[in-house]
Amino acid sequence: MNKLVISGSPHIHDHDSVSKIMYTVVLAMIPAMLASFWFFGFDSLRVMLVAVISALLMEWATQKFLLKGPLTINDGSAVVSGILLAFNLPAGIPSWMVVAGAFVMIGVAKMTFGGLGKNPFNPALVGRVFMLISFPVEMTKWPVPRPLFATRLADAITGPTALGLFKEGVDAGQSAQTMLHASQMPTEIARFFGEMGGSLGEVSAIAILLGGAYMVYKKVIDWQLPLSILLTAFLFSGLFYLINPAVYAPPMFHLLTGGLILGAVFMATDMVTSPMTIKGKVVFGVGIGLLTVTIRLWGSYPEGISFAILIMNAFTPLINKAFKPKRFGSDVLKTAKI
Amino acid sequence: MMKLATFRIGGVHPPENKLSANEPIIRLPLPKQLVIPLSQNLGAAPKPVVKKGDEVKKGQLIARGEAFISANLHAPASGKIAKIDDAVDSSGYRRMAIFLDVTDDEWMEGIDSTDELIHQNLPSSEVIRERIKEAGIVGMGGAAFPTHVKMMIPEEKKAEVLLINGVECEPYLTSDHRLMLEKTQEIILGIRILMKAIDVKRALIGVENNKPDAINRLQQFCNADNGIEVHALKVKYPQGGEKQLIKALLGREVPSGKLPIEVGCVVSNVGTAFAVYEAVQKNRPLIERVVTVTGKKLTKPSNFLVRIGTPMSALIEAAGGMPVDTGKIVNGGPMMGKALPTTDIPITKGSSGVLLVDQSESRRSTPNTCIRCARCVTVCPMGLEPYLLARISKLSLVERAEKERIMDCIECGSCQYTCPSALPLLDYIRLGKQRTASYLRNRK
Repeated sequence: MNKLVISGSPHIHDHDSVSKIMYTVVLAMIPAMLASFWFFGFDSLRVMLVAVISALLMEWATQKFLLKGPLTINDGSAVVSGILLAFNLPAGIPSWMVVAGAFVMIGVAKMTFGGLGKNPFNPALVGRVFMLISFPVEMTKWPVPRPLFATRLADAITGPTALGLFKEGVDAGQSAQTMLHASQMPTEIARFFGEMGGSLGEVSAIAILLGGAYMVYKKVIDWQLPLSILLTAFLFSGLFYLINPAVYAPPMFHLLTGGLILGAVFMATDMVTSPMTIKGKVVFGVGIGLLTVTIRLWGSYPEGISFAILIMNAFTPLINKAFKPKRFGSDVLKTAKI
Repeated sequence: MMKLATFRIGGVHPPENKLSANEPIIRLPLPKQLVIPLSQNLGAAPKPVVKKGDEVKKGQLIARGEAFISANLHAPASGKIAKIDDAVDSSGYRRMAIFLDVTDDEWMEGIDSTDELIHQNLPSSEVIRERIKEAGIVGMGGAAFPTHVKMMIPEEKKAEVLLINGVECEPYLTSDHRLMLEKTQEIILGIRILMKAIDVKRALIGVENNKPDAINRLQQFCNADNGIEVHALKVKYPQGGEKQLIKALLGREVPSGKLPIEVGCVVSNVGTAFAVYEAVQKNRPLIERVVTVTGKKLTKPSNFLVRIGTPMSALIEAAGGMPVDTGKIVNGGPMMGKALPTTDIPITKGSSGVLLVDQSESRRSTPNTCIRCARCVTVCPMGLEPYLLARISKLSLVERAEKERIMDCIECGSCQYTCPSALPLLDYIRLGKQRTASYLRNRK
C-alpha cells in the first residue's frame, strides 16, 4: 500500500491559485488591449510587448541574481503589471523609456519590498509616475487615434487629451462651455468608445467596463471598490459643476475622460495594495474619488488618478486596522424572530 | 420560490460529492474482536468497571463516566474481555481501550430488542436525563460532547427552543441524511423526548436543501401539536456549525465565548435524537452508529450501521476494499475530519464517516506568498481575519491573538479551502489557539 499522507484539515481545496487569478486579470484586459490596438495601431502592441518582456526580465533577474530565491515569473503577476504599465502610457513613447519604467516598476516598487504580495504601492503606477516625472515631454505627447481601417494620415500627429485641452482652455480664460464644444474635443460617443487621445488602456470606457464585469463575475475584484471611486468622483465633480458650470466640467466629462475608469477598475482594485474588507474598500474608493477630482480641478496636472491611488495605497494598512470585518456575535442585541 | 434561510457572514460551497446519498443503511456483520477506546467523548475518559477475563453481555456497562463531563461505555456485543491495553485511536495517539472478544449478539436483560415504535409514556424530564446519562449518549455530529451535560440548563438561564441539526454540510457524508429518511419517526420521538427534558414547546429541524427527500419525510410528522418544524436551509458550509445553525434558524448570534443557551437554544444532532429515543424508549445504550464510507475511487460508497469498536478496515472491506491509489484516510468529512495513519482504528461514538482520498488529491499544493486577496476574510463565518491570525500565531503573539478573537475560530477550514496561495492558514491558527489557550489558563 502507498504511504498515507497525514495533514491537518481541510483535506480539499477549491483549486484556485495565484496564477489563475493573474491570468483571469489578463483575460479581463483583452477588450482594452484590442481597443488600444484599434485606435493606436501597431505602436500599442510595441509598447505592451516591451513593457511585459522587460517586466518579466527584471523580475527574473532580481530573483536569480539578487534574491537568489525561487523563480516565480510564471505566476503571471509580472505580466499583469507589464500590461497595466503599458495601459498608462501614450502610444508614441520610445521603447527604451518603457524599459526604464518597467525596471523601476518591478525593481523598485515590487522586488525591493520582497516581491509579490509585499509591495505597499501599486507597482505599475509607481512606474508610470516615475516616467511622468522623468520624461514629461514624451509622457504627455498623445497620438491622435486613427481607427485601424480608417484612411491613414501622416505619421506622428499628436494632440492633447480631452482633460488637458479643457484645463488649458479654462486656465487661459475660456469658458467651460466653449471648451466642451471646441473642435478638437471628442464627442460623448467618442469618449465612451475611446476615439480620443490618451494612454493606451484608458481611452475606451466600454472595453474597460467589460473587463471589470468579467473580473467581478470571476470574483477577482469586488464591485464596491470601482463603484465607490466612480460615484464619489461623479458626485464631487458634479457638485462643483452645479456651483459654477462656467469653470467646471460636467461630471460625465470627468468620468469618461482621462484614466478614471481604468484606475477604478484595474489599478485601484490591485489586491495587494487595497484594503481587505468591503467597508475598507469603500473608504479607500471614496478617498481616491475625492483626491482625483481635487487634483484635476485645482492641481497643476490635468489628471490625478495615479497620484490619488498611490496616496490611498499609503493609507491601506491604517484602513485595514480601522475597518475590521464584522465579528460574529456582535449582532446579539438585535431582536430576533422566534 | 421563497429565499432559503442561511447564516449571514462568510461560508463556502465545496463540491457536495454525496456519493452514498441513495444507499440504504446496511448493518455491518460483527467482527471477531472489538476495540473500544475509553476516551470517546469530550471531557474525561470513563473508568473501566470490568477486568480481563470477565464475561459481558451486549449492553452491559463496561466503563463508568465519573467526572462531571464524561460518558458511560457499554459492551457493543456479548463476549469476553481479552485485555485492557493501549491502542491507536482516531486521535492518532495510543490510548487505553477495552478489547472484547465477541461470542454472540444477545442483548442483556431489560432491553427492548424489537423494532416496534414506542410512542406512549414519555417519562418525566428527570428520568429522561438519567437514562440519557446511563446510556452514555454524546453528540453524534462529531464533537462528542456528553448529551446529559448539555441538558442541564443553568439556574439563571431558560431554554426557549430546541434546534435539531440535520444540516450535514460536510461534503461526502450522508449518514445523517439516511438516518432522517429511514428512522424518521424515531428521530421525531427523540426530539419530543429532548423537548421534554429541557422543557421547551418548540423545536426546529434545520436541513440543507440538497436533501429534499429528508425534508419531505420529516415534514409528514411535524405539526402544530408536537411543536416541531422543519426548515430547509440554503446549502452553505459550515452551516452545521452550532453558531451558524442558530443564526440561520433564529437570526440570533451567540456572543463570543458563550454557549447556545445564552440565546435560549439547545442544539442537538439528528443522530443524537435517534440515540436518545433508543435510550429512553428502548432502554438501549449507545453501542452503534451510522457511518458513511466513501471516496471517489471506492467501488461501493455505503452507509453502514456499525458497532462501536469495529475497525475501519472492516468498513472499507465491506465497501469494496481499499482502492489502490488511496493517498489519505480521513475520519470524518473532508473539511474538518482527521487524517489517519492506519485503517486499524476503531469506530467511536463520534465517527460520522470514513473518507478515502485519492493520491492525486491527498497532497497540498506548494504554498505561495499571501497576495492579500482577502478571500479568507470574506469566507470566515466568524468574521475573523485568518491571514492576520495565521501571521500572529506564527509569531506567538498571544495577547494580540486574543484581541483579534482567535478563540472564536471554529476551525471550519473555509479560509484554507479557498486560499489561492494554498497557505496552511488553519495549521497556524490551530497552533495559535493552543498557545493562546494555555496563556489564558496561566493568566487566571
